[in-house]
Amino acid sequence: MDTGDTAWMLASTALVMLMVPGLAFFYGGMVRAKSVLNIMMMVMYSLAIMPVVWFLWGYSGAFGDDAGGGLIGGGESLGLKNITLETLTGTHPTYVFVIFQMLFCVVTIGLVAGAIADRAKFVAWMVFVPVWVTFVYVPIAHWVFAFDGETTEGGWIANDLGAFDFAGGTAVEVTSGMSALALALIVGRRVGWRKEPFRPHNLPAVLLGAGLLWFGWYGFNAGSALAANGTAAMALINTTGTATAAMLGWMAVEIIRDKRATSFGAASGAIAGLVAATPSCGTVSPLGSLVVGLVAGVVCAWAIGVKYRLGYDDSLDVVGVHFVGGVVGMVLIGLLATQSNVDNLGFGSAGLFYGGGFTQLGKQIVAVVAVMVYAFVVTYVIAKLIDMTIGFRIDEETEVSGIDQAEHLETAYDQIGGGSSFSTGA
Amino acid sequence: MKLVTAVIKPHKWEDVREALGATGIAGMTVTEASGHGQQKGHTEVYRGAEYEVTLVPKIRFEVVVDDADAESVVATIASAARTGKIGDGKVWVVPVESVVRVRTGETDESAL
Repeated sequence: MDTGDTAWMLASTALVMLMVPGLAFFYGGMVRAKSVLNIMMMVMYSLAIMPVVWFLWGYSGAFGDDAGGGLIGGGESLGLKNITLETLTGTHPTYVFVIFQMLFCVVTIGLVAGAIADRAKFVAWMVFVPVWVTFVYVPIAHWVFAFDGETTEGGWIANDLGAFDFAGGTAVEVTSGMSALALALIVGRRVGWRKEPFRPHNLPAVLLGAGLLWFGWYGFNAGSALAANGTAAMALINTTGTATAAMLGWMAVEIIRDKRATSFGAASGAIAGLVAATPSCGTVSPLGSLVVGLVAGVVCAWAIGVKYRLGYDDSLDVVGVHFVGGVVGMVLIGLLATQSNVDNLGFGSAGLFYGGGFTQLGKQIVAVVAVMVYAFVVTYVIAKLIDMTIGFRIDEETEVSGIDQAEHLETAYDQIGGGSSFSTGA
Repeated sequence: MKLVTAVIKPHKWEDVREALGATGIAGMTVTEASGHGQQKGHTEVYRGAEYEVTLVPKIRFEVVVDDADAESVVATIASAARTGKIGDGKVWVVPVESVVRVRTGETDESAL
């Protein structure tokens, strides 16, 4: 065990946890005042349920010794039974790694919630999350994050294919984006979509959330080095470069199109950049990170408009920001991966612009397509089954009057007191 | 007695309060309101989607005065709230039948 690495992984894990309430605020500010608590609860529930799933079977399925074909982990870690406080992952205790990776899963499913804001039955979401984690996230995390050990085998994307995905451009971003699309199609459009104004009700909350997400993302990306070393430092500087350049890219699109830069656009650009940095921060150079960011900012600012043309109501733009930003990051690795970073990671080839030819670009695209298809199809099936049994959608009257009051017996903002009687229920 | 009600631009509110204070008006009720007149709101853009925002923020305030004071109070408000641009608001006057001061039970003019 290395105490420096362990200290950094403990800190990184806490940083990633902060992304969860950060995401709740980011999303909460974007919806209307009548449904802010519901979307924040959907995100926070993803944290509440996760240890049950992850400790019992999720961690073992994702990080257990490969059960065949690089598709799913084996059962030796069911209930975390083979892990003690002496067990190490690399140079830090596995208990830290278990929680670090569990929080990645929480962030991923939390992101998905944004596609169906304002209109999903909370009980349906409560059932959907553990089922989705089991059949969608756990296998994909195994493919992407489980590297071969000295005596164990990992997943096919990380080892057999050899695509670069440093912190989860496929497992987190493409997965959340495609699952969001499938869910938005099953749950359907909000009442009044494209006719009534769905203005964000609290932009300062969106900006607070974006700030917390950015702060936490340093743990997400630099922590994915799994050590306190130069690789973590590379991830840190590249994450900064990509997030800031994407902010500028998004603002540039707005200035050209709308003649103004908006705070919402700047925050969205920063998140789009952090998304694109997630796969690419370990393989591109600091200057390359600026290119990745600029492309991500411009492309995502354009991509969020696609839903209006295609007619699906992805309420908070999970597809336009996370799927598209994740693809941008994954693909640009195939162009911009530097030889020194490739040597540092110990596998794969440099990008097209660094003399590596098309080899790595092809691997990046295969990884994206595989994760994209799997996440969309399996999520669609799960959501359809839940919709046919429990029902995924609240009734129209509840949706119009406000989901917070109906699903949670609360309202976010007290206008004028308004209480007429009181009972303790005791 | 008269009830004077005014709906004005929020950033002119401090000017109106000072001008009324100088004339000895002691009490008033203020509400944050939304509305529009001839200007019909404005355009806002969120992630590239344009929204026509028809209701714009306003300050609405009400003050009950002696019949004799009504005309000068209206003039004071109108002059202090004026910017000359669209959206400056309205001031109107209606008669009041009776007033009670809750603390003392005084009525009508002595309650103002």
